[in-house]
Amino acid sequence: MTSGANGQLTEQDPKDEMTSRPEPTHEKGLSQQIAVTAEPAAAGEDVWAKEKVFEVNNVTVSYDGKAAVKDVSMDIFRNEVTALIGPSGCGKSTLLRCLNRMNDLVASAEVEGEILYHGNDLYGPKIDPVQVRKVIGMVFQKPNPFPKSIYDNIAFGPRVLGLKDIDERVERALRGAALWDEVKDRLKDNAYGMSGGQQQRLCIARTMAVDPEVILMDEPCSALDPISTGKIEDLMTELKEQYSIVIVTHNMQQAARVSDKTAFLIVELDSTENNRWGQLVEYDETEKVFTNPEDPRTEDYVTGKVG
Amino acid sequence: MSGVRTPGSERARLATAGARAVTASALSRQPAKDRIKGNIFLALLLAAVTIALVGLSALVVQAFIEGGPRFSLSLFTDPPSSLNVENAGFRPALLGTLYLILGVVVLIVPLGIGSAIYLEEYADSDRWWNRAIELNIQNLAGVPSIIYGILGLAFIVRGPLDLGFILAAGSLTLALLVLPVVILAAREALRAVPPSVREGSLALGATQWQTIRKQVLPAAIPGVATGVILAISRAIGETAPLLLVGATTFVTFNPTFFGENFSALPVLIYQYAARPQEEFKVLAAAGVIVMLIVLLAMNSFAVWLRNRYEQQW
Amino acid sequence: MEARDTIGVSRPFGTMPSRSLEAPSPRYGEKLIKAALAACAIISVLTTTGIVVSLLLPTISFFGEVNPADFFLHSDWAPTFSPATFGVLSIVVGTLSTTLWGMLFAVPIGLAIAIYLSEYASPRARKIIKPVIEVLAGIPTVAIGLFAITALKPFLENFIPALESTPFAAGVAGVAIGLMITPIIASISDDAMRSVPGGLREAAYGLGSTRMKVATRVVLPAAISGVVASIVLAGSRAIGETMIVLLAAGSQATDSFAFTSPVQTMTAFIATTATGDIATGTITYDTIFAVGSLLFLMTLVMNVLAIRLVRRFREVYE
Repeated sequence: MTSGANGQLTEQDPKDEMTSRPEPTHEKGLSQQIAVTAEPAAAGEDVWAKEKVFEVNNVTVSYDGKAAVKDVSMDIFRNEVTALIGPSGCGKSTLLRCLNRMNDLVASAEVEGEILYHGNDLYGPKIDPVQVRKVIGMVFQKPNPFPKSIYDNIAFGPRVLGLKDIDERVERALRGAALWDEVKDRLKDNAYGMSGGQQQRLCIARTMAVDPEVILMDEPCSALDPISTGKIEDLMTELKEQYSIVIVTHNMQQAARVSDKTAFLIVELDSTENNRWGQLVEYDETEKVFTNPEDPRTEDYVTGKVG
Repeated sequence: MSGVRTPGSERARLATAGARAVTASALSRQPAKDRIKGNIFLALLLAAVTIALVGLSALVVQAFIEGGPRFSLSLFTDPPSSLNVENAGFRPALLGTLYLILGVVVLIVPLGIGSAIYLEEYADSDRWWNRAIELNIQNLAGVPSIIYGILGLAFIVRGPLDLGFILAAGSLTLALLVLPVVILAAREALRAVPPSVREGSLALGATQWQTIRKQVLPAAIPGVATGVILAISRAIGETAPLLLVGATTFVTFNPTFFGENFSALPVLIYQYAARPQEEFKVLAAAGVIVMLIVLLAMNSFAVWLRNRYEQQW
Repeated sequence: MEARDTIGVSRPFGTMPSRSLEAPSPRYGEKLIKAALAACAIISVLTTTGIVVSLLLPTISFFGEVNPADFFLHSDWAPTFSPATFGVLSIVVGTLSTTLWGMLFAVPIGLAIAIYLSEYASPRARKIIKPVIEVLAGIPTVAIGLFAITALKPFLENFIPALESTPFAAGVAGVAIGLMITPIIASISDDAMRSVPGGLREAAYGLGSTRMKVATRVVLPAAISGVVASIVLAGSRAIGETMIVLLAAGSQATDSFAFTSPVQTMTAFIATTATGDIATGTITYDTIFAVGSLLFLMTLVMNVLAIRLVRRFREVYE
């Protein structure tokens, strides 16, 4: 049993596990970074030598002083789908919302640590959260189209950003989200008349219309039926050619199907069991996380022993 | 969550006690007696509904019966008179009310919606001053209108603003009186717009104001409009504060916005109604018809608008 | 800074440098708009301040001339006579008289309507009755006052002949006030009862209890703070009502709770005295404000109580 070996390996130093990012990932990332600088030609073969979009360093997010997720460190790479999985309450959505500063909207939220976006501190003094959200788009758990026509839903973003060629953008976004053929004849209809799956693809199209670099998805399929879910998963695989995608999901099969890398978070309890927070346990290539995880807790979760 | 005696647990305890009592009696009840009691109870409820509906409709019908014969076009064109009842009308008072309401609308629409947006979209309700503003507005909604008249008299007509007994002072007084109505209704309408709409817009890189102006406010318009209409109709019927800020009785000339000696429809109705002669009461009833037609139409529209869009989300 | 540069260099596929994350403009407009909106909200605070200041200053000067004990403890209200007496209890009694007669009418009827609407009425009946009541709630009080003297009084004379001998009566004004506040009680209590969770009702029905018992022993107790709030709010409205009492209750401070007795209320005193162009600084002018302060305080206490009750109710069920 490979898992047994891994279990022993991590059990030797569980404290280290909890307070810093998983050791193997860290080493790999670091060594490859050096390797890349020295030898760019070899980089293409190594999954950790890609361009980094986000570097999350020791990030802790608290609400009203209570930590929701503690000390997360991970790199997120360009043109990949990165999945955040874990049981509910593990802070995966909280973490996701830090990546485009949506947490700023919650007055009591506080982010410690460092999140670099292409090397820029996302929470730096000069950084404008509005500008951040233009570049890093987000799709939410429940489809949230605006109470307007399909066309106006897509056109809203480009319009407020002062972009040109609105018609063209709307069409391009709808085509990109594989929705054009379904709705091209009823662009003036209210978006609330669409099915849930269509609404969610509309929300993805809406995000694409403002040309983001990254799309964050917060359990985008949790309110959808299997067929709509399949369509959105196919879409994600297409979209990563152009965008970097970070997806939060509670559906492990989904993470396994669509993502290149997977981060697994768990809920930690303190001794009094009154405080609970999320903690990153393992971050690796998706295939490795699901077939040969380093940490027994990951194994237990992905095999369905605990949930 | 557990162990603490919150109002909720107290309420639950009460309700449980109620349910228990019901159960206890259910075990030993006499169905026939209960049925009779239930029917008498329902009859009493229906009687109450009837009394209220009949009473309030009687008011409307009575105004039409009493004032109907006096209701004519000349009512709108003739100036009032204290001597010549046959030729007395409401013209300057109607125009006075029109001007007053124009002033009210100009003031309450921006101020009311602005306050509501601030409190609902910007203010951090954990801050004591924002909570104080909120409590203050709720309380202002319940301050008697005559107190606003005192404010108008001491603060607007005289005192700091010192506008004199002019129509604009009346407008300002009425506007302050109905402002809480607009704010409370507009806040409720804004609150009804789901947060997911705001999140969706902000996540696209829209600023907060763009989000409010292009998404939240348009979605809240029916509710806001309802509040504004209800506020206007309240302002049209308000009489007491105007008595204090100088809406005088028998003005025979048309009012101007900054001129003294203005009248208003409800004030003139009151002045006619308070006269002992029956003819003047008839004239007052004719004035009430005019007022009721306008107000009932406005209120019906407002209530319809609210119910129409209530279940939007 | 240096670390970032290293990362920049180490980026192997740096095809597209990231767009700037800094604000393209300082967004002064956004800040200006927020400030303007806050200023709008401040207006309401200024209104309250204005009310308090305009009431307080003349009231202080009033109590400089009139002994508070003479004001609060006596019932010989004749401030415009000479020698003037200022025993405010007479007009407080007048106010309470019309209010009580109004509540006597409105509380049972308003509650009955609320129970009917929330527990008995079919959705269709509800959809008609509730809006009608709400629309009728918007009838101006001057119209209700006229109705009181031209129709209600003659109608009540059929049952209470003693009314014929008086042009004004607290009871007539009271019933008219009741008509005015019934929609308030009905509407707010109905909202409160309807927000009682259906589970409570179902539990009681499941135990075989009758509709009447569910309504009176389960729903009403569960909604009690909302119901009380509606009554307190209606009481505050009744106390502050001016036009109905001005037309139907008269201007005679009689110190009586009788149905057929004319009374002067605090509001009626203010309205009749303040309409004349009285000079500022006179004792008569200050009296208006002293009475206004008392009225303001009474309604303030009731409003705050109602607001708290409603808030508590919302915390429980929403």
